[in-house]
This record gives sequence, structure tokens and C-alpha cells, in this order.
Amino acid sequence: MKIVVPVKRVVDYNIKPRVKADGSGVETTGVKMSMNPFDEIAVEEAVRLKEKGVASEVVVVSIGVQQAQDTLRTAMAMGADRAILVLSEESPEPLAVAKVLKAISEKEQPGLFILGKQAIDDDMNATGQMLAGLLGWGQGTFAGKVDVADGRVKVSREIDGGTEDISVALPAVVTADLRLNEPRYASLPNIMKARKKPMETLKAEELGVDMARRLTVVSVAEPPQRQAGVKVGSVGELVEKLRNEAKVI
Amino acid sequence: MSESVRESMEFDVVIVGGGPAGLAAAIRLRQLSPETSVCLIEKGSEIGAHIVSGAVIEPRGLAELFPDWQDRGAPLNTPVTSEEMLYLTESRSLRVPMLDRLMPHMANHGNYIVSLGEVCRWLATQAEELGVEIYPGFAGSEVLIENNRVVGVATGDMGINKDGAQGPNYQPGMELRGRYTLFAEGCRGSLTKQVTAHYDLRKGVDPQTYGLGIKEVWEIPAENHRPGLVQHSFGWPLDDHTYGGAWLYHFGENLVSYGFVVGLDYPNTWLSPFDEMQRVKLHPAFRKHLEGGRRVSYGARALSEGGLQAIPRLTFPGGALIGDSAGFLNVPKIKGTHTAMKSGMLAADAVIEAMQTDRVEPGSFTQRVKDSWLWEELRTARNIRPAFAQFGMKGGAVYAALDAMLLRGRAPWTLHFKHQDNETLKAAALCEKPNYPKPDGALTFDRLSSVFLSATNHEEDQPVHLRLRNPSLWKTVNWDVFQAPEARYCPAGVYEVVDEATAPALQINAQNCVHCKTCDIKDPTQNIDWTVPEGGGGPNYPAGM
Repeated sequence: MKIVVPVKRVVDYNIKPRVKADGSGVETTGVKMSMNPFDEIAVEEAVRLKEKGVASEVVVVSIGVQQAQDTLRTAMAMGADRAILVLSEESPEPLAVAKVLKAISEKEQPGLFILGKQAIDDDMNATGQMLAGLLGWGQGTFAGKVDVADGRVKVSREIDGGTEDISVALPAVVTADLRLNEPRYASLPNIMKARKKPMETLKAEELGVDMARRLTVVSVAEPPQRQAGVKVGSVGELVEKLRNEAKVI
Repeated sequence: MSESVRESMEFDVVIVGGGPAGLAAAIRLRQLSPETSVCLIEKGSEIGAHIVSGAVIEPRGLAELFPDWQDRGAPLNTPVTSEEMLYLTESRSLRVPMLDRLMPHMANHGNYIVSLGEVCRWLATQAEELGVEIYPGFAGSEVLIENNRVVGVATGDMGINKDGAQGPNYQPGMELRGRYTLFAEGCRGSLTKQVTAHYDLRKGVDPQTYGLGIKEVWEIPAENHRPGLVQHSFGWPLDDHTYGGAWLYHFGENLVSYGFVVGLDYPNTWLSPFDEMQRVKLHPAFRKHLEGGRRVSYGARALSEGGLQAIPRLTFPGGALIGDSAGFLNVPKIKGTHTAMKSGMLAADAVIEAMQTDRVEPGSFTQRVKDSWLWEELRTARNIRPAFAQFGMKGGAVYAALDAMLLRGRAPWTLHFKHQDNETLKAAALCEKPNYPKPDGALTFDRLSSVFLSATNHEEDQPVHLRLRNPSLWKTVNWDVFQAPEARYCPAGVYEVVDEATAPALQINAQNCVHCKTCDIKDPTQNIDWTVPEGGGGPNYPAGM
């Protein structure tokens, strides 16, 4: 069985994002970019399934600018076998991504897609679900545990108040939650070897996908500054402030 | 411990450090000899992640490396258009007249205000296009020496947990073996320390003296932005025995680089470079530039100030020291990028020659340096910084002006450094406590909110990379005599005294470390050993730094 894992190049999670002066988005020029952490978990899970002998090949896909090849190289250093880079403008929308992945699916015929549940830049949490819908496949989202056996994938889903275990027929789409696994480091020897693994570059138009934007960003702003607290001298003063200043009682 | 399982890889040249020196050497090697395999490792998570500099740079070194640097799109976008040198008193500032005659080193005509991190990122793309293999996120932790020859370096093991055992994500380090190894770690490199000790490279030269630079980048309202403006200051708030001053550069898109350098030979144990840096922003001459803006990043790094007299032997069997690992900074010019790049290029020339003639030591590097403009520059500048060390700030300034106007750097004498920076501190009882204002949250800030902006991060579960050689010395020397100077000179809040009133003890918050190396330099008994943490750790400076 072949597994396809889409990976996204995003602003590194250690970086405090800075909103552009014109409020059109966050500053990305010269900012450290790396693989979306949920996608790292997805890659790790796919590689583990390959190491267990469940999967035969792990293919990673990224849709975006040329520099996304660094992200793909990282995924291959973690253990993916080959990569496909689909060139488009930076940060395409989830629906466009899902359509590209559908086209990739027709080309690659995978038995399983594993995606990160969401990307940390736009927090959309949509691509996996849209992909399953477009393909007409079953989906196991927010996976905290994944088992593949007998043509089905068992997924423990992290839901409010606990977990929900479901079983989905393959082919299927799984999205990875935070506790699914702890991704490995890409070791230096593996990074060196990853330079020699195959990477195919395609253009989104070649796949016949309409990448036009359907969403408009109205404005991006930083969260308001939190006001400093005050110390009160007595219970009476506290009650007075809650009543007259905060107006909550 | 893990030698048996370590993989190894052979290269012609291994370069440790992805700053201007290492990248220039790598580029030059491939330009001269495209079949030479060159591997460059960098402990930062990406090239540029650990680069902090003002920076006004002289394009001379870059222009020799790439005569067509402008067509190639090198990010030198803000030419210096005007400059001022200010002498500060507490509330006033006096502009130094005839700057180009009194302080000719400070003349910045033809220079550019840049983000050195951006320049390095750009150099790295050029190097990769030439076929240099660059591996950021891997720290060289061990020099490989066989038969008294350096044969490469080993990267550190990853995934070792706090108590030294292998964690679930353990990956052994890797040996990167090279016919020649160039150390380009910047000031006070941790592998450079090992090589210097092994080959006794500092024998017969002056002790190296250092400075600590602390920097902030601000975004200011467009109407106040004057791209190309360079402002330096000396005087207040430092006393006559403390070398240092502030810089402020307007560059890029509404950005201002502000920072402060303190000579680490300062005597007052109560001095806090961080707080000095913060309070200069309140001076009218600086406040007017920053008010209404917001701080976007923060960083710190030590720099070598010893100049010519403190340059060690540059080569050893199997390699050489380049850039600020050797100490090629020109102090009166406060510039080291052009000299670092030049030294990297000259070392590349020497390595190619050694390779062709099958010599173990790239020994012609030293002569090449002595025959170059780099040496001439450092030679004429050699007496300025030691004059400040010997005659104080006012005496040093007078000497510098005389040197510039009358001697033009050709004095028949050479002034020397007499002390290591760790020997200059005075006991707490003999020093006067400065009175630093509380941070106002608008112009001035505390250490922790500053460190946050450096985006520094270290894998939490790893051994502490700042080691006390003798833990008991802390109480008897650092605390009893000097009242914990490390809590003040560390710009990242790494060193913290706990239980001050009852049983004072040192707490090391190694996760905060921004890799400036000051503790390795200034600790009174050199009891603190800065070793590399797991690769990829440390600050993540954004473009602009």
C-alpha cells in the first residue's frame, strides 16, 4: 500500500509572527519557515507504517513556492521515499489544495492519505475533510492512534471529553492530531541521503486544477494588549471594583 | 561513548559556522576549484538564525568575492547617507565635529546598512548554487584529531536527555571528515577553544579582549524614518573606565537597528550591559528616533576587540581559524564583516594551494593575510582600542584623535593588552552600584520579554550546556566576592541567584541562552564552560537582525 502525505511550509512555530504594516497578512520575507508540525506527525506515522511493513512506499507532496522543496527534503530525511512539488503561489486555499491532492491521487493511486489536522499558519482544519469529500473516501480525523489491518484503518479520534474509536474502509483519509506520535529528528546522515532521493516538480495548471482564490482576507491584526492587573487592599474593595468597574456582579 | 555507532562522511573541506567568513571561504573554494567537495555546518536552525550585527558593512570583501554582487541581488539596500558621532552627557549630546578627520575610521561613505542575517542567507543561496553542501541545525561538538592532525569534526548526539541517557529520539552524532577544516565559529567558538588549546595557538600574543553587543530592531512610523542615517554615541552612561557606546541605524522598510556595545574588560561588577543598553534609549538623542515605534527583535553576541596584537597563530596541521574565530574585527571601524570575508577567501586560496602541493598545514594563509589590505587595516588601527584600555575613555579618545591626525596609524610603538577580561572585575564592596531605571514597557524592557523576542529555544530535555568546571567556586568567588556578576552581564537571564537571603545558589536557565558567549569570557575564574547544546537550539533571529 502506498501512503501519500501532504506537507506544508509554514512560519516556524518558534517565531513570533509579525503583522505587516498594511494589515494584509503576516510578514514572511526572511522569516524562518519549516514544516507544519502536524504534518511532521503525519510523516512520522506514515514512515512508522512503512517500517512495520504495512505500507510499501511513502510519497510526500507539497503545494506552494519553489522553497517548499526544503520542506520535502526534510520529510524525505525523516524516511519518506520520494517527493512531488506542485508549484503554485504561496499558501493556496484548502479547497484548491484538496483538488490538487485529488489529482495526485488519480496519478499515484494511494491506499491512504495521512495529513496534519491543520496548518499552524491559517488554522483552517479543512483540507483533509474536503479531500475525503472530493474522493468519496471515508475519513478518520484528529487521529490519536492509527492501526491498519485487513483493508481497514482503525482510528482513535481525539474528541471533546475523550476518544472515539472508528473503523474506516481503505482507501481512506486520516488527519493527525498532536498526540499521535512524537516525530523523529532528521539525522545528518539521513539529510545527506535525502538529497539523492527523487523529487518531481509539477505545475498546478498541468494537473488541471483551478487555483483561483475564493476567500478574501479583510484584515489581519495583532491580538489586543492585555491590561496590567491591580492589587486590591480588601474584600470590600474587590466587590466594589467588580460591581462598578468590571460590572460583572 | 558513541564512536562505535557514528556514521562518517569524507569531504575535501569541512567548514564549521555559516557566517560571513565560513560562507565566503566555501564560495571561494568552489569558485577556484569546482570539484572540491565542501561541507558547511551551522549550529543555528538555519543560516542567519544566530547572526547578530549592527550592521554597517563595507562592501569591499563582498565585491572581491562577487564583483557583480549588485546584479546578483545581494541585500545591501540602504547606503549610508548621513552620520553623526555624539558625545553624551546625562541629558545633552554634543556632535563631534570634523568626524572624517578626528575619527577617520568612522567615515562610512560608500558603506551600507544591512541585516547581516539577510546577507548570510543570501550568501548561503549563492554557495548552494555553487555546490556547497550546507547543513544548518547541526552543531560541531568535537574536533577530530588523529596523529596530531585535525581530520574533521563530529556533530553532537541528538536526543540525549537531562541526565545524560539516550532518550527515545536519540540520534548519534556524525563524523564529518575533511582533508582541511576551517573554523568560522565567530567570537569565542567552542571548537576553536579546543583547537587553540591543543596547538597552543595563543602562545606569544596578547590576551584577546572582547565586547558584548546587544541589539534591538524597531519598526518606527514611516514619517520618522530616515533611511541611511547612522548615529553613534559614547560617554554617558558609562564611566571613564568602561569602553563602549550605542549605535542607531535607520534602514530597510521603516526599521531601526539600535544597540549598545560594552567592552568586557569593564571593572564594575555591578554593571549590567543590558540595563545600560535599555537606559540609553531614554536619552533625548535616542528617544526621538524610537518613540512611537515598536520593538520587533532582540539579540546579543560577544565580539573580539583585541585586533592585531591578539591574533593567534592562524593555521595548524589540517586547518585554519578564520573570521572572528581568529579575531579579525577592526575595532575603531567597528566592522568585521569585510575582514571576516576576506580572511575566509584567503584561507580558501591557501587550502587550494595546500591541496595541490599535498601539504598538511595550509600555512600560506598567514603570509597571504599579512600581504593583504586586511593586515594593513588592522595594523594602522592597532593602538586605538588598547589606548582606551590604558588611558580610559577620555584619554583614549584624545589618543585616538592624535593617532588619526598626526600619526595616521603609523606610530613606531604598539600598545598592548595586559589583562584577560575575566581578570578586570573589582570586588563588589569596592564598586559603586549604578541606579538603573525600571522598564517602562514602551521604550525600555526587562530581560525576559527581550529574550522572548530572540525566539530562542532549546530542546528542554537535554544536559545543561553551560557547565561549571568547579561548582563550589560559585559561592566563594562569584557570590562572596563579586555578588554574582553573571546575573548582570548575561543579556538573556540565564543566570539567576535563588534564595539570596538564606542560602544563595546559582540557577542556570540554559534554555534562555542566546549563544553570545559572554559567560565563557567574563566569569572571574573562567569557571563557566560554554559547550554547544543540541544542534538547532538557540536563537532564531528573523531577517532584520
